[in-house]
Amino acid sequence: MTKFVVNGSEVNSEQPADTPLLWVIREELGLTGTKFGCGIAQCGACTVHVNGSPVRSCVTPVSAVAGKKITTIEGLSPSGDHPLQKAWIAAQVPQCGYCQSGQIMQAAALLAKNKNPSREQIVRHMNGNICRCGTYNRIIGAIQRAAKEA
Amino acid sequence: MLLETKISRRGFMQTAGALTFSFTFAGRVTSAVAQEASAKFNAWVSIGADGTVTVMMPAAEMGQGSLTALPLILAEELDADWSKVTTQYAPPIPKIYGNYHPLFQGAMLTAASVSTPGYWMSMRLGGAQARRVLLDNVAQQWGVPASELSTEPSMVVHKASGRKISYGEVVRFAKVPETPPQVSEADLKKPSQFRLIGRSDIPRTDVPSKTNGSAKYGIDVRLPGMLYASVLEAPYDGAKATDVNSDAAMKVAGVKRVLPLPFGVAVLADSVHGANKGRRALKVKWDGAGNPNASFDSEKALAEYAGHAKDPNAKAMTWFQKGDAPAALGSAAKTMTAEYSSVHCYHAQMEPMNCVARVAADGQSAEVWTGTQSTALAAFVASNVLKTTPDKIRVHQHLLGGGYGRRIWPDAVAQAVVLANITKEPVKLILTREDDLTAARPRPMTYHVLKAGLDGSGNVVAWHHRLAAENVDAVAAPPRFKATGGKDIIGWRGLEQPFYGVPNMLADAVREQRGVRVHAWRGIGAGYNKFASESFLDEIAHATGKDPLALRLELTKDHPRAQAVIKAVAEMADWKKPRGKDRALGIAFSDYHDSFSAGIAEVSLDRKTGKIRVHNYWIAGDAGIVVQPENAHAQLESAVVYGLSSALTEELTYKNGAVTQSNFHDYQLMRMADMPLIHTKVIVTDNAPTGLGELGVPTVAPAIGNALFKLTGKRLRQLPMSASRVSATLKA
Repeated sequence: MTKFVVNGSEVNSEQPADTPLLWVIREELGLTGTKFGCGIAQCGACTVHVNGSPVRSCVTPVSAVAGKKITTIEGLSPSGDHPLQKAWIAAQVPQCGYCQSGQIMQAAALLAKNKNPSREQIVRHMNGNICRCGTYNRIIGAIQRAAKEA
Repeated sequence: MLLETKISRRGFMQTAGALTFSFTFAGRVTSAVAQEASAKFNAWVSIGADGTVTVMMPAAEMGQGSLTALPLILAEELDADWSKVTTQYAPPIPKIYGNYHPLFQGAMLTAASVSTPGYWMSMRLGGAQARRVLLDNVAQQWGVPASELSTEPSMVVHKASGRKISYGEVVRFAKVPETPPQVSEADLKKPSQFRLIGRSDIPRTDVPSKTNGSAKYGIDVRLPGMLYASVLEAPYDGAKATDVNSDAAMKVAGVKRVLPLPFGVAVLADSVHGANKGRRALKVKWDGAGNPNASFDSEKALAEYAGHAKDPNAKAMTWFQKGDAPAALGSAAKTMTAEYSSVHCYHAQMEPMNCVARVAADGQSAEVWTGTQSTALAAFVASNVLKTTPDKIRVHQHLLGGGYGRRIWPDAVAQAVVLANITKEPVKLILTREDDLTAARPRPMTYHVLKAGLDGSGNVVAWHHRLAAENVDAVAAPPRFKATGGKDIIGWRGLEQPFYGVPNMLADAVREQRGVRVHAWRGIGAGYNKFASESFLDEIAHATGKDPLALRLELTKDHPRAQAVIKAVAEMADWKKPRGKDRALGIAFSDYHDSFSAGIAEVSLDRKTGKIRVHNYWIAGDAGIVVQPENAHAQLESAVVYGLSSALTEELTYKNGAVTQSNFHDYQLMRMADMPLIHTKVIVTDNAPTGLGELGVPTVAPAIGNALFKLTGKRLRQLPMSASRVSATLKA
């Protein structure tokens, strides 16, 4: 049994301690916005925030988040209106969309620390997140747009 | 009521514009819908008393934007208020919802960039017919001639009396006649009358759900009481799992069963983690005795492909021919020859293959939940597993976390249904990324030999492009392969040269049969065939002292649409502008399924490492009428990135019949740090829409190779143009 907080609500996971946080979030808690891509922290599709830092939930055992605060894409903003989410829509970023929860969570962690990141800082911060549809340039544009509007 | 779309072909030209549609009706029409909540006007559209317009969606949404574009086309002719339009996935009934593009001829499949082209007329006629029924009903109700009525978005208007009525209100008294009115192309709007098509300010409807986690993909489906499955996939077709040691797997918490099956060894558990951990604990030996697939080695095979491509006595099948290329090569003043090759590429769709299946207790029917490029094929294979008929399979279509061709193949559906048929409990199968790679259905590896004959003035008078490769149609579309007498429509695409005015041309192919599970991959044959042909054309330009741009303009002089994209991209990139000694430009042209594109790459090179850096990519595309302009730009960008990734880093290799790579650490995809700026131009013409989703792929690799030649004087002849290959080429 692992106790932690997800999107402001306290939860108890009954999964074995070595279960990746990703599967607890998706299958036990039913928050399916966080995606499985590679299982070895190579693609970033599973990115969530643990105590505000971006973390690859596919390689984070649930036991490691005991007592911590998790934010998933569903909890990033009350009604999907985080500046990044608005910018993502304005820039029409997603195509297949599968990687975009991870992209947005990764980007949100950057903007939380750096209100006005340079293009180079954005690229360095986002380089671990793969988008097979190749929406990278739109992602950069949306982050810059959100930074301006935030 | 059934509405069938039939097609008559005049001359069977491969242009959507040459197709004529007529509508026929089958089955009994139910009329009288008074007081009902909604009315079904034909197979494509229903309207509710609240005004909601529900359009049947025959295609998959895998990122290409059809979920917005197709209903928008229908809404245009229905003259519907776009804000009231919603969609419902059409059931897998190809007879009604098939795609009548010449490539598909009624198959219900989302591929080849032909959803908009293939459903263009069906959607327009479906919308126009429903509008006509609305007008006729209002005419009767108000006692006015239908000819005096017009429409505004979701309103029928009688100008003479100033009366207006909403579509929803009409539905309350409307009767859909037993024989609905015939509509034809003559009844459709002219492009100048479009209210919705071509508007840049109408966004994709699926985008908001893809920013807040609510978008539902196949992998997101959860059923009460379901078991989770992980399959250690067989490394090649026919591999037999022997010595399956499941002791350790069975000890993993939550693991229920281990099942050796023809496609691999399945582990069933009460959690994903349990299934995956159990799968990792399996010890399996694969027996390939007597199976030629077991010995496939891609490096060795490529050398053999090369031998076949160069062998003048090799058996080749002709794909494209004009004039007499062999004779013209024989009599040419000068000949040139060159060789190119490309490796296998993996789709790397971000959502690993998965499917949820539930089989009835009697094993005679099933439901499957998945994201597939063909619900019809999914139903077909599921019915084959259960030895029943496709109508007994209910397919719940979901969004696709990438398709690119991979999700045509319904292996995950078949596997999930096999498992659910054994357990009779719902099963959720999710492949690990490692197994998704093992079960790869790659773009084929290819070897090319090109020959050109020049006259005394350096004009190209003869052209021969020979390809040696495994045939995709033979593996992925056997009935078509048989029907065409062994032509590989997928793998040979792009060998043809309909837009270059060379008098004698021949393209043919030698078939390799190595048991590799080759498949359609974004851009299909054009991806590698244009690398070879457009690189070779660049060689000809340099050898004859011509500007590569000028040569392409000269060769396409009889084809205005080809000329237009080439001129446009040259202008965008400012082709003549000097780039200094560290950067250079390369150009390429490609048609693709009746669309046109030209691209220019600006590259530099890290001479120490051999790493190519693409700084800018300019691309101009013409796909006729564009339904969603903003998405057209996005699709071009996306396909360019797919092209960049395969041109620069992607390499799937095989040893002992099995894929060598296991995850994204050793199968390298394009990442943000390597992105160029991408500049797109969409040239809108009044031609019927043609494909856009893959159009950006084929020019990328040759444009980069051509730029690198300009920069270094060295010609890259192999894809990918990875740092190690470039280094080797520079040293040679």
